[in-house]
Amino acid sequence: MTSEGLQISKEESGIIVSPTKTITLRIFRYNPKINNESKFDEFKIPYQRWTTVLDAILEVKKHLDHSIAVRYSCRQASCGSCGMKINGRPALACFTKISELNSDVITIEPMNNFPIIRDLAVGFERMFSTHKKIKPYIINEESEINPGTKEFLQTPEDVEKYIQFSSCIKCGLCNSACPTMATDSSFVGPQALAQAYRYVADNRDKGKDDRLKIIDDSHGIFRCHFAGSCSQVCPKGVDPAMGIQLLRGYLLGFRD
Amino acid sequence: MRESVIMKIHYGTALASVALVAVHILFRLTQGFAESLQYESVIANYEFLPYAGMLEIILILLSIHGFNGLRVILLELKQGPTFEKSVSYGCIAAMALIILYGSRTIFMTSMGMV
Ligand code: SF4
Ligand code: FES
Repeated sequence: MTSEGLQISKEESGIIVSPTKTITLRIFRYNPKINNESKFDEFKIPYQRWTTVLDAILEVKKHLDHSIAVRYSCRQASCGSCGMKINGRPALACFTKISELNSDVITIEPMNNFPIIRDLAVGFERMFSTHKKIKPYIINEESEINPGTKEFLQTPEDVEKYIQFSSCIKCGLCNSACPTMATDSSFVGPQALAQAYRYVADNRDKGKDDRLKIIDDSHGIFRCHFAGSCSQVCPKGVDPAMGIQLLRGYLLGFRD
Repeated sequence: MRESVIMKIHYGTALASVALVAVHILFRLTQGFAESLQYESVIANYEFLPYAGMLEIILILLSIHGFNGLRVILLELKQGPTFEKSVSYGCIAAMALIILYGSRTIFMTSMGMV
């Protein structure tokens, strides 16, 4: 790779280009199957006001280097696949416009606190296993689908207690931003804790005691230092830091 | 012990220590800070039993709080069942030793043995 990096001509690009604007993408490259060295490759591409970082990476893949590993699916901030570090901050690539970054160079790296599979693709096993561990479903012997039982009616106030937490798309940005996740490999993490609160606060659920027991261990909820970075980076407006404090209220006896 | 119980003790010992250490500092200030640290004055404080009792309570509170804090820091630095067990038992042992050694000093001084 030259120091100038590879460049797409404006005609080649699928994006309708503005005549003046180009951006340099510095993309993290690492393939543990080949060797343990990582590097950054630079690519220059044209962009428009609405071009997202994911669009730009896909342009690079299409025209300059198809070997870049990146995970994505919905391209509309719904599936939670395209989390990465963009100019040092965890964000969804499909939800981050280049024009909003106010920078001529964009550095793209894989999320922190996740094992790297290759380039920008990381392994989600740990997050999915902690998510499963907190039992992310309504626990209730009675069921709406059993004949003879009634609907579980909820007032708008009941729904208000947990609704923001149900927007979580399991993108892992909160876990990536969390300083405790960086040092404690057994910490349950803000994603799972926010989901524990989502179900504990739901008045249809009867699994509160179970869940509180699961998160009340030496690598559980009390390892959160309330840095608040999880809530800062969440693209869906979930506030894991607040959920964690509310959950702590149950364990410390301030709520029941 | 459940982590929430340990952390309730952790927060409780912090609050109680702040209150008692404030009383301790106020005592120093009312006596004049420099004079209160003179040998005779320190011995007199220890021989005043309610004050010696307060020092003993501060010693216990701060040891519990401090060593639990150390346990938490170490657990966050490194993980693994053997390491975690050693840290937990090591911190309890160190806490007990500090309390015993400090209590011995308080006891001997307040009994006029030094
Ligand atoms: S809480 Fe937000 S940042 Fe964390 S996984 Fe869910 S959507 Fe992503
Ligand atoms: S591609 Fe689905 S969230 Fe970005």
